Amino acid sequence: MDGLVEVIVGPLAYPFMVRGLLALVMVGGVCAVVGTYVVLRGMAFFGSALAHAILPGVAVGYLVSGSTRGPIFWWGLATAILTAVGIGAVGKSAKVKEDTAIGILFAGMFALGIAIISTVEGYAGDLAHFLFGNVLGVSAGDLWLAAIFGGLVLLTIVALFKEFLVFSFDPLLAETLRLPTGFLHYLMLILIAVTTVVSLQAVGVALMVALLVTPAATAYLLTRRLPAMMAISALVGAVSGVLGFYISYYVEVASGAAVVLVCTAIFLLTLLFAPRRGLVWERLRR
Amino acid sequence: MPIGALVRSHAQHRDDSPILEVQDASVAYDGRLALEGVSFRLDAGERVAVVGPNGAGKSTLFKAIVGVLPPASGQIRVAGHGPGGHICIAYVPQRSHVDWSFPVNVADVVMMGRVGKLGWLRRPRQRDWDHVRHCLDVVCMGSMADRQIGELSGGQQQRMFIARALAQEAALMLMDEPLIGLDIPSQEDIFHILDVLREQRVTVLVAIHDLNLAAERFDRVMLLKTRLLGFGKPHEVFTPQRLQAAYGSQLHLIEGENGLMALSDTCCGGDL
Repeated sequence: MDGLVEVIVGPLAYPFMVRGLLALVMVGGVCAVVGTYVVLRGMAFFGSALAHAILPGVAVGYLVSGSTRGPIFWWGLATAILTAVGIGAVGKSAKVKEDTAIGILFAGMFALGIAIISTVEGYAGDLAHFLFGNVLGVSAGDLWLAAIFGGLVLLTIVALFKEFLVFSFDPLLAETLRLPTGFLHYLMLILIAVTTVVSLQAVGVALMVALLVTPAATAYLLTRRLPAMMAISALVGAVSGVLGFYISYYVEVASGAAVVLVCTAIFLLTLLFAPRRGLVWERLRR
Repeated sequence: MPIGALVRSHAQHRDDSPILEVQDASVAYDGRLALEGVSFRLDAGERVAVVGPNGAGKSTLFKAIVGVLPPASGQIRVAGHGPGGHICIAYVPQRSHVDWSFPVNVADVVMMGRVGKLGWLRRPRQRDWDHVRHCLDVVCMGSMADRQIGELSGGQQQRMFIARALAQEAALMLMDEPLIGLDIPSQEDIFHILDVLREQRVTVLVAIHDLNLAAERFDRVMLLKTRLLGFGKPHEVFTPQRLQAAYGSQLHLIEGENGLMALSDTCCGGDL
């Protein structure tokens, strides 16, 4: 028993470890709730693209910040919101298909970000942190920013629950009820953008989409009501954060990767064994 | 997005105006005119079938009436006002256009119709759920409130959407191919509900493929092929010349004994 307590408490002896754990739980939960809409509205590619596209903003923040990392969050946030609204507008012009336009924009922005970061000498380590996250580098200030903005995102989703539900299920009904569909559309994109920036330090841009999509997809297999889907998704996200943190500590693998792998494992188990909808269940019923 | 759009104020109905009046409306869709110079008016409580070949502009007409596609010229008035201010126009979608795996149950979907009445930041209260239950009772689905929508039969899915339109307190209901893919008893259920709606003076416009049903079960029929080829009693509208003009060789006409025609639309049958 003491051994187990030691296993759990041991890594928490250092404040930066505690901050890292808190960040992963928070990010896992917020991403997972926003992710329900990403999954239901088929926006996984958009989420992935958006995460990559904020890199140039982060890079500029990195250049101007020197050793203090504070400005990175704000530069990332501004870029994310501009990109989200930009992609939203691109979808409306019909020169090329929407996913093609997103692909072009995302790769171009990503390349620009890498180019900017590569102007700094000895940039490789920092670039790796932006790409894959550096959860042990989370400062108290970072944690507060993440908590405040993550909280705002959740609050918005709860406050506009029925509007987002109608808009996602039946956009034409939203029109006939005279809901401001354009506003809801862009607000949704901005919520995803803010979530992306909040998660940047914990998991990095390359793995972000997993936190958005995987817990929500898991919850989708387990329930057929949206509030329950959000709750289960948040739970899966937070639990993945905790388990990933400990696995990362004891097995010595990158924390972001560990969290995503735990998420993926939970999804695969659910896909196989979910009551009624799991693959094993279907096989048995046949 | 002007801030004004976030503040809801809905148009008052004028008693002296017809529930729907379309004047010389032309509507563009995908860069071409899908409707040209269409004019008609509907009285409250009427049941009208909209028929025409695929691509005739039925969906475009509905979207224009709902207010999603503004006409390029001409005008559309619902109870005396433009459609944009109303929340009393319900659109019942074609079943094939709905994501049936979406995580909502029957009561959730019907409650969506109340969102316009609830207003921002309000949660549905007990009396809203009571109203939803009442709407489900009208379409004989009271016992299925907790069902996942994916578990419903085709007829039940259609009735759920009618209940949603009732929850919206719709005065004008537009139904896109509600009978497609339904067996005869399920179709009869729908017509029974349409009778109830007529008693409540709800005006119903139904896009339909089956010309026999259109002729037999509706007050008036509207024959559409980009232009309005005819609007009136079925026997006045469904003349061989007009049907030929609308469908060309897609249609087989058979002369019946008592002057009525048995008609069959051999077209592909929509996208279900």
